[in-house]
Amino acid sequence: MVQYSRARFDASFAALSDATRRGVLEQLGRADASITDLADKFHMTLTGMKKHVGVLEQAGLVITEKVGRVRTCRLGLSRLEEEAAWIERYRRLWDARFDELDKVVEELTRKEKVDGRKKRE
Amino acid sequence: MDEKRESDPTSVRNRTTVERKSERELVVTRSFNGPARIVFEAWTKPELFTRWWVPKSMGMSLRSCEMDVRVGGKYRLEFEPDAMAFFGTYLEVTPHSRLVWTNEESGEGGPVTTVTFEEQRGKTLLVMHELYPSKEALDAAGTGAADAMVETFAQLDDLLVTLGAGVGRS
Repeated sequence: MVQYSRARFDASFAALSDATRRGVLEQLGRADASITDLADKFHMTLTGMKKHVGVLEQAGLVITEKVGRVRTCRLGLSRLEEEAAWIERYRRLWDARFDELDKVVEELTRKEKVDGRKKRE
Repeated sequence: MDEKRESDPTSVRNRTTVERKSERELVVTRSFNGPARIVFEAWTKPELFTRWWVPKSMGMSLRSCEMDVRVGGKYRLEFEPDAMAFFGTYLEVTPHSRLVWTNEESGEGGPVTTVTFEEQRGKTLLVMHELYPSKEALDAAGTGAADAMVETFAQLDDLLVTLGAGVGRS
């Protein structure tokens, strides 16, 4: 994972070395936007903005999705965050299961105590 | 009255932890308020297992659950509404302390799951260990499972966020 992350970090830092790209991230932090919106905001050509978004996308910092003829951009999760998010989802699944298991175990434990008492009587 | 006092410490919610122990291993731990014998039963008797393994919030339920809990015995879980199934073979069965099984639904890349039950003063510490054949298999399980279950989990997330907000931010 360490080597993997290093390559990712390099890509991230390269992506962040440009003021326009940092501005795009800031902008997307406020709201999702189409490439056309971004090009307008940063007074750039569509082609120029596509290149910047491409670099950010390569680094995993931005995710784009084409709906109809519009390509919408939003902030992406880095690989490390993805892994953390996945583990957290997995934890929640097991936590929910185990909450139910808790109920079963406590019910059976209680029942056994009651039955044990009855037998002694 | 005695009963009430006895169950008071158990009302503290137990915490589930998940750790990626190595490139190929995931470990889940949790304590339960009951003897190992009972927790073990809840993992090995289908009528008990089906009561907890698919939380209601997942929006799915088990259509069938078959478990032949002995070394070499098979298990098979089938879901509804979709016909997804989990199945595999028990490799080790030590009553009340240890279970090991394979997960064969995704072919070669499936992990081997080991669950240990350790009783301490009437409580049981459960450790579930999943060992994948390779780092790639675990990574794929992560992204694959995440992709496949995004919808299901979104539902669960919402519920947990609602519950968490109620508890944490009051």
